[in-house]
This record gives sequence, structure tokens and C-alpha cells, in this order.
Amino acid sequence: MHIPDGYLSPSTCAAFYAGSTPFWYVALERVKKALHTRLVPLISLFSAFCFLIMMFNLPLPGGTTGHAVGIGLATVVLGPWAAMLAVSVALIIQALFFGDGGITAIGANCFNMAIVGSLVAYVFYRAIAGRAPLVSFRRVVAAGLAGYAAINVSALLAAIEFGIQPLFYKDASGAPLYCPYPLSVSIPAMMIGHLTIAGMAELIVSAGLVAFLQWSDPSLLRATAGNAVKLDEGSRAPAGRSLQPLWMGLGLLMFLTPLGILATGAAWGEWMASDFSSPAIREQIADSSLHQAAPTRAPQGLEQMSQVWTAPFSRYAPPYIRSAKFGYLLSAMFGAGLVTLVCFLVVRLMRGFVVERPRQPAT
Amino acid sequence: MTGHHHRRSRGGFIEHTIDGLHSAMDRALYADRSASGRGLLQRLDPRVKVAGLGALILASAMAAKLWVIAAVLLAAIILAALSFLSIWMIATRVWFATMTFSAAFAVPALFLTPGTVIYTLPALLWTVTSQGITTAGFLILRSETAATLALVLVFTTPWMHILKALRLFRVPVVFVVILGMTCRYILLLLENAHEMFESRKSRTVGPMTRGEQRRIAIASTGALLSRTFHLSNEVYLAMQARGFRGEVYILDDFRMQNSDWLAALGFGGLTAALVWVGH
Repeated sequence: MHIPDGYLSPSTCAAFYAGSTPFWYVALERVKKALHTRLVPLISLFSAFCFLIMMFNLPLPGGTTGHAVGIGLATVVLGPWAAMLAVSVALIIQALFFGDGGITAIGANCFNMAIVGSLVAYVFYRAIAGRAPLVSFRRVVAAGLAGYAAINVSALLAAIEFGIQPLFYKDASGAPLYCPYPLSVSIPAMMIGHLTIAGMAELIVSAGLVAFLQWSDPSLLRATAGNAVKLDEGSRAPAGRSLQPLWMGLGLLMFLTPLGILATGAAWGEWMASDFSSPAIREQIADSSLHQAAPTRAPQGLEQMSQVWTAPFSRYAPPYIRSAKFGYLLSAMFGAGLVTLVCFLVVRLMRGFVVERPRQPAT
Repeated sequence: MTGHHHRRSRGGFIEHTIDGLHSAMDRALYADRSASGRGLLQRLDPRVKVAGLGALILASAMAAKLWVIAAVLLAAIILAALSFLSIWMIATRVWFATMTFSAAFAVPALFLTPGTVIYTLPALLWTVTSQGITTAGFLILRSETAATLALVLVFTTPWMHILKALRLFRVPVVFVVILGMTCRYILLLLENAHEMFESRKSRTVGPMTRGEQRRIAIASTGALLSRTFHLSNEVYLAMQARGFRGEVYILDDFRMQNSDWLAALGFGGLTAALVWVGH
């Protein structure tokens, strides 16, 4: 996700330098206030640590490897403002010294990963961790999901920055001067890799290291814990009950999904651009909209935006399946399977970290 | 299948990480050595270099003609040669590394960019457009040029001088201090991590499952993290012991010589010319 030089136009780069500056300024002001504390060496060392994390190749489930950025962990330990500085410094050194990420794109890279990434991670972490004790499993999950969310929001921002380039910058022959891919290509291309591999790496590292800190020095987690419950109160949730009935219920629901075809008409507000040209569907729209007549053509904006992304299972009816019922069932199985798989992987990974954790000494 | 599986599991990721750490240390060492060389750029004032090479990067970013970007790349190569940097090293470390990424990004653009069709792939019937070739050229040339210029800067200027030069551009002192400390600790942590992985490798016998590999990776990262905190405490105590009260002083002792003014003029003129013809 480190955007290299030449992929963004100079004006985009300038805009992101300008957009990042106020955040850097506030972060520096906050650090200056706290300069008498241990924050300066801590930020420096954390930044060096983030730099190193980006070099560790983590073997991921499914046979690939990926590396984390360390946004999740930096935010949990340092808080969002100091994390912004630490990750920015790591990114600047990477760009200057190791050619990873462009120099003109430093502003954009820092904005995506260090600034927005830290803020997103902070919001997610605080929201999910709540007032849970510092050594609770919930904080491990919260850190993992915070890292996952941060990296994906950063990737989405990068994808949008890529995607808007061909709209504005072309040479005389019409050849794009910078990134040539429109949003319809850049967003899926970036997000597929980040929702799976890079997100997973960040999730594992954030969750794993927060679990490690809970075991080695939970006081380091205090900075972002708000008014968490005291350290030694409660730790892990009791062992779960058998999930067998739940699985059976889920399976039954999946097989009942073709019943959905019995309901006619599109859900209100979920019309497609092509629906507006069908008189029958326009009548349905009018019936369900207090008899407001629908326009004969799809609104232009809707038509344009609807072409941005075509889902593989559009309208729960994969184009390569003839039977509508079977297509519906297949979509249900695929969707439920995907959600289950992601949840399963998250739980599996979390469990791996926690099982080996020795009993927490009371502090 | 089994053979392949075993080969991959036998600490493959440990070796991979060691390689990465090793090449980063190697690069830092080379930068240290080459920055103290006696080439053209090494003799210039760091402020002139930071501003001048930065301006060239900007010129290549702004150019809307391929040959102008190629001219900036050529200028970068000439500067590197005059500063006694190894072109072979630049080729392997920068051009090749940047190319693998850029090519993966640029090749689809050959087919996806709409425009005048100039070639159709025989079996797949994918069409290559002349606009696609131009845009792929822009991507690859620009990223190569900027990466080369950045490398020329760090390989001809000691890191501390680059940081001092940043002060001239009104970068806040705290930020410069953090940058400087980070760079020093990166080297220390690199060495630490390298030793840790080497010793882990020497103790690893037989194949590991991916789960085990992952646990080792996380455990090593955790160990590195606790060393980082330990070090941070020690550094803080050392800073306090020396009377650090929050004020930061940097010696700004650069003096512009005649040759520096001349170089600044050269960089300025070249950049202006490139921006003008590239527009």
C-alpha cells in the first residue's frame, strides 16, 4: 500500500501534504507538551519497531505470506496522536532510505496509514474494548479488529486516490499521466488483497502483540484503556457451550433461502439502474413510494455509480447458474460460508495466542 | 508435493526474514561508506542536495512527456557516476526492485487503457493500445527516476546531515530529533532481530507447520517489542542523566561555498528547463 512516486499527480500529492500538515502539527504540539516524559524515545523506538515489523514476513493461513504495518499496535500503546508520528516517521524513513513508497507520495502515504489509520484503529479499539479489564481477551480481539479496520480503510483511501487520477490527468493523446486505473478497477484490486492477506497480517500482529503485552507488561496498555476495569478483575470469558444446535440452525436457514424468491418486487431503495426502464417495476416502485411516479430513466448519477462495481453474485443470481432457486441457495451458501470462514479464522487465530498465555500475576 | 511442502516448511520464512534484515543492514552500511566518499555530490552542501534532488523529483513528477522523464533519469545516473556510486548496485537494488512492483502495476494498463489499438495478442485477443504503452511508460519511468534520485541523495549524504538540512526547511525540531533517533535505533533493532532469527534458525530442526511458523514470528516480534521498551527506558534514563529538559539543540554549522552556489544554480536551471519543456 506504499504508493510509489509517479502514481499520483503532483497536485494530489500537494493536497495530501497540505491535508497531513495540521494533523502532524497537532500531534507534535501534544508530544512537545509531554516532552519531559518518556514519549520521545518511546516514539522513536516504536517507529523503528514499526519499520522492522514491515520487514517480517508472516506465514498466513492459506499458504501466503504478508507483512503488517504496526498501526494497530502503535495506536493501542501510544494513543492515536503519538502513533501518527511514529508511523509517519517509519514511512518517511522507508521512502527516503529504502525506496519503499515515493517521496512525492509521503504526504498521501502518511495520511492514509499514519493519520487515518491511527484514528480508525483508535475508534475501533475503544469501541470494542469498552471498559474491559486490561488483561481481558476482549482487548486482544479489539486490537486485532482495530488493526484490520485501520489497514483496510487506509487501503480504500489509497484505492480512491489511485482511481481518481485517470479522471483528471491525461496527455494530449488521452493516455493517463499517472495511475491509469479508474475506481472500478482500483477499488476491487486494492481491497481484495487487503481484506484478505494484508488485513490478516495486521490483525494477527496487533492481536498477538497485545496478548503478549498483557502477559509481559499490561501497564503499557493503560494509555488507551480509558477507565478500564482494574487489572486483576476477571480475565477470560468462561468456556463456550456446544455450538452444534447453532450450526444445525444455520444449515436449515440456508436451505430455506429459496423461499426468498416467493416474495416479489425489489426491496425499497434497492432498485437497479435497469429497473427504471421496465414499466412493471416502475409501477411497483410507485406503489411502494406513496404513489410517487418513478422517473422513466434512471437518474444519471445512479447510472454512473452503478457501473463502478459488478458483484460476482449480482442479485443473488450468479449468471452461470440456470435455476434461480439453485442460484439463490448457492449465493446463500457462499455468503454464509464466507462470513463463517472469516469468523472462524479470527477465533482460531485469537485462540492460538491466548491458550499459551501463562496465568496473569496480580499486579 | 511432500517434498515441496517440506522445503517450504523448513524455516523458509525465517531465512526469508534473515535475508531481508541482512540486505537492509547491508544497504545502511553501504550508505555510510559511500556518503563519506569523495565524489561530486559528497562535496556539496546537504541543503543544496536535498533541495536540488527534490526539485528534480518534482520535475519528473510534473513532466507530461516521456523523454523529459528519461532525461531526468539520465541526469540522475550521471550524478551517481560522478559521485562514484556503483551503477550495478543501483541497478540491482533500485531498478530491479522498483521494476518488479511497477511492472505488475503497469502491464495490465497496456490492455485496460482505452485508445488506439496497435496490437492484438494472438490467442487471448487482448488489445494493446498506444495510450496503454504511454501510460505504462510513465508509471515505470517516473517511479524508477524518483527512486534513483532518492537513493543518490541518501548514498551521498550522511543521514544526520539530511536531518540538519531539514531544519532549514522549517521542519520542527522535535520531528527532526525523532527522525534521527529512529534511524539510529532501526540499525540497533535490525541487528537485534538479525541475531534473534539467526539463533532461532540454528536451533530449529525438522519441518515446521505454518501455525508453528506463525507462532514463532509473533513470539519473536513480541520479544523484540519488549527489548524495544527496555531500550526506550534506558535511553530515557540516559537522556535524563545528561540533563535533557525538553529543549533540543542542533548544531547548524553548514557554510555555503562557491561550488555550492554554483550547484544550486545548476539544479535550479536544470529543473526550470525540465519543467518548461515537459509541460
